[in-house]
Amino acid sequence: MLRDTLGKAEKAKDKKALYGEDIDLEKFIKEDAGDHEKVTRANEVPKKVQDTLLKVGVDPNEEERSGTFIQMDQSGVCTTCASESVEIMGMNVALDKYDWIKDYMWKAVAVDSDKYTAQTALREAEEGASGYFIRSLPGSKEVFPLQACMFIGDQDVMQTAHNVIIAEENSELHIITGCATGEDVSSALHVGVSEFYLKPGSKITFTMVHNWAEQVDVRPRTGVMVGDESTYISNYILTSPVRSIQTYPTAYCSGKNSRVVFQSILGGQKDSVLDTGSRVLLEGEGSSAEMISRAVSKDQSQLYARGHLAGRTQNVKGHLECHGLVLSDDSMIYAVPELEGSATELEMSHEAAVGKIAEEEVLYLTSRGLTEEEAASMIVRGFLSMDITGLPPELAAETKRMLDMSLQGM
Amino acid sequence: MVVKLLLEITDLAVEVSGKQVLNDIDLYIDEGETHVLLGPNGSGKSTLFMTILGFPKYNVTNGEILFKGEDITHLNTTERVKKGVGVSFQNPPAIRGVRLMDLLKVEGGQDPSDEDLSPEMMELAHKMKLDQRFLDRDVNLGFSGGEVKRSEILQLLAQQPDFIMFDEPDSGVDIENVELLAEEINHLLDKDKKPGMRKKSGLLITHLGYILNFVNADTAHVLMDGRIACSGNPSEILEDIRKEGFKGCVECCGIH
Ligand SMILES: Nc1ncnc2c1ncn2[C@@H]1O[C@H](COP(=O)(O)OP(=O)(O)OP(=O)(O)O)[C@@H](O)[C@H]1O
Ligand SMILES: [Mg+2]
Repeated sequence: MLRDTLGKAEKAKDKKALYGEDIDLEKFIKEDAGDHEKVTRANEVPKKVQDTLLKVGVDPNEEERSGTFIQMDQSGVCTTCASESVEIMGMNVALDKYDWIKDYMWKAVAVDSDKYTAQTALREAEEGASGYFIRSLPGSKEVFPLQACMFIGDQDVMQTAHNVIIAEENSELHIITGCATGEDVSSALHVGVSEFYLKPGSKITFTMVHNWAEQVDVRPRTGVMVGDESTYISNYILTSPVRSIQTYPTAYCSGKNSRVVFQSILGGQKDSVLDTGSRVLLEGEGSSAEMISRAVSKDQSQLYARGHLAGRTQNVKGHLECHGLVLSDDSMIYAVPELEGSATELEMSHEAAVGKIAEEEVLYLTSRGLTEEEAASMIVRGFLSMDITGLPPELAAETKRMLDMSLQGM
Repeated sequence: MVVKLLLEITDLAVEVSGKQVLNDIDLYIDEGETHVLLGPNGSGKSTLFMTILGFPKYNVTNGEILFKGEDITHLNTTERVKKGVGVSFQNPPAIRGVRLMDLLKVEGGQDPSDEDLSPEMMELAHKMKLDQRFLDRDVNLGFSGGEVKRSEILQLLAQQPDFIMFDEPDSGVDIENVELLAEEINHLLDKDKKPGMRKKSGLLITHLGYILNFVNADTAHVLMDGRIACSGNPSEILEDIRKEGFKGCVECCGIH
C-alpha cells in the first residue's frame, strides 16, 4: 500500500465518524485470516451456516448463481466462479494476480473518512487484505448474479472487509450480498468498505440483505464512481434487530448521462439504531438519481433516513423520497432529505412523509375477519414491499422472494 | 319449520363524534330474508352498517344488537365478522402494497404463502371479470367504481358470511355489471334455494333501487333523520318514493 495512504490512515485511526455512535474498537477481537477452514463449494459450509445464508439471499447450492464468495470473520473461506464473463475472488488473491488493483483502492472511499476506514486500511497493511474483488469483463453480460456473503461466526469479532467491484466498459453485473451472524454470536462489529467503479456503458445492480444479531454494530463505507452512460442500482433490505448501523454511501455521477438508484427498505425493531442514508453528487451532464426509502419503526427503535442530492451541473435530475411509519410511541423516525443545487437548469425534488398506520385501512381489514394485529402487520408489510425496479425479471422475482422473507419477521 | 331470527336490533341509538346520528332503531331480520334500507343522503344508513359491524367510532348510547341470539353490542369487529357478519363498502380505502390476491387468500382461509388462489376462487374471480393481473393489483388502489364493487363482492364470496350488508352495491355500476353483481349477490344470499331452505340474510342499501329488479327483497325500511320512518313492501315503498319523494312516502306510511 502506498505510504501516503498509510500515513493518512495512521492520522485518522481515532477519527470519529460524522454520524452514528462512536464504537470502541478495542472491545473487539481481531481474528486472523486463517482461523476458518476453506471449502471448495458453498454447500460445504456447516449446515447451520447454510440456513443463515439462505435467509439473506445467498444460496449455498449456487443455483442460478454465476459465482460465490464467502468471508467468515476475517477468512475468505469459499470462492467459486462458474462464468467466463465475471471474476470473483478474495482481495488477497486479487492483489497477487493484478498489480493494477491498487489504483482502485481508496479512490471511491477516502481512507481517512473516519476511524473505521482508517483501521481497515491499517489492518490490511499489517495482516493482509480481506473482502472480495469482483469484475465483469468488457462487453460481457452475465444474467446470473454473483453472490457474496459476509458472515460473522465468532463472538466479539471485529470483521473488516475491503471490497472492490469493477464493471468494465459495456458490461452488466448483478450482485447479491448477504450479511449475517451465526446463532451463537450476540455481539460483534462489521466494517465493510466497498468501492464500485462503473466504466462507460456499464450497469451494476447490487442487492444487499442484512440480518445481524441484536448486539452487532455495523459500519459499511461505500463509494460509487459512475462513468458515462452507466447505471448503478442499489437495493438494501434490513428488517431484523441489530444494535446499530450507520452507513451513508456516496455515488459520484460524474459520467455523462450516468444514473443512480438507491432503494432501501428498513424495519426497525427492538433497540435498533439505524442511521442510513445515501448521497449522490450529480456532476456529469444529464446525470440523474433516485433515492427511495421506506422505513418502519417498532418497539424502541430509532431510524434516521438521510438523503443528500447535489446538483452540480446543468441538466441533471434527481428525486429523493422517504416514507415512514411510526408504529410505537417509544420509537422514532427522523427523515433528513437535503437538496443542494449549484447550477441552473436542474430539476430536483424531495418527498418525505412520516406518519402512523391509517385507521381506516385497519378497520377495513378487520371487517374481513383479520384481527387488529394481523391487519396492522399486513399493512406494514404492504407498505415496505415496494416495487424494486431496475432488475432483470428473474432477479426481480428472486429479490421479491428475499424481501417477502425479510418481511415475515416484521 | 321454525324460522330463526338472525339479527335483532332493539331501541338502538348511536352517536358519532359527539353527534347523535341514529335513534329508536328497531330492526329484525330472519334467517333467509333480505331487507332493503332506503333513505336520503345523510340519513344514517351507512352509520347503521358501521354500528352493526362494531367500528370503534360508532358509540351505542342505547339499545342492543343480537346476532344468532347472542348479544354482540360490545364485541369488536373481528369477533363479529368471525361470527358471520360481512359487508361490502360504499367507499373502501386503498391499501398500498397489499394485493387483492393476498387479501382473498386470507378471506378464503387459504395459506397466505400459497403461490396461487384456489381453483374455486379463481373461477369466481373470472365470473366477476377480474383476471390475474387485476388480482395482483393493490387493494382498491386506482380501481374504477365498478371494479371496487366487483372486488368487494368477490371478497364476500371468499368469506361466505351468514349475514351480509351491501352498501350501495349498484351505485356507479353500468347495467350489464349490475346484473353480474346481482347474480352473485343472489348466490351469496341463497336466493337460488327455495325460500324455506335459505339460511343467509342480507341488508342492502340502494338509492335508485335498480338492483332490486334482479335481487328480490322481502322488506324495505326508510331511514329519515336517523329513525326508521317506514317499513313495508319494497316495491310499493320504492314506487311511493319515486312518485312523491321520501316525504310523501313517509306521510303515506303514517296513514297505514
Ligand atoms: N365520523 C363522523 N363524524 C361526524 N359526522 C358523521 C360521521 N359519520 C357520519 N356522520 C354524519 O352522520 C350522518 C349520517 O351519515 P351516513 O354516512 O350514515 O349517511 P348515509 O345515509 O349513508 O348517506 P349517503 O346516502 O349519502 O351515503 C351524516 O350527517 C354524516 O355527516
Ligand atoms: Mg352511505
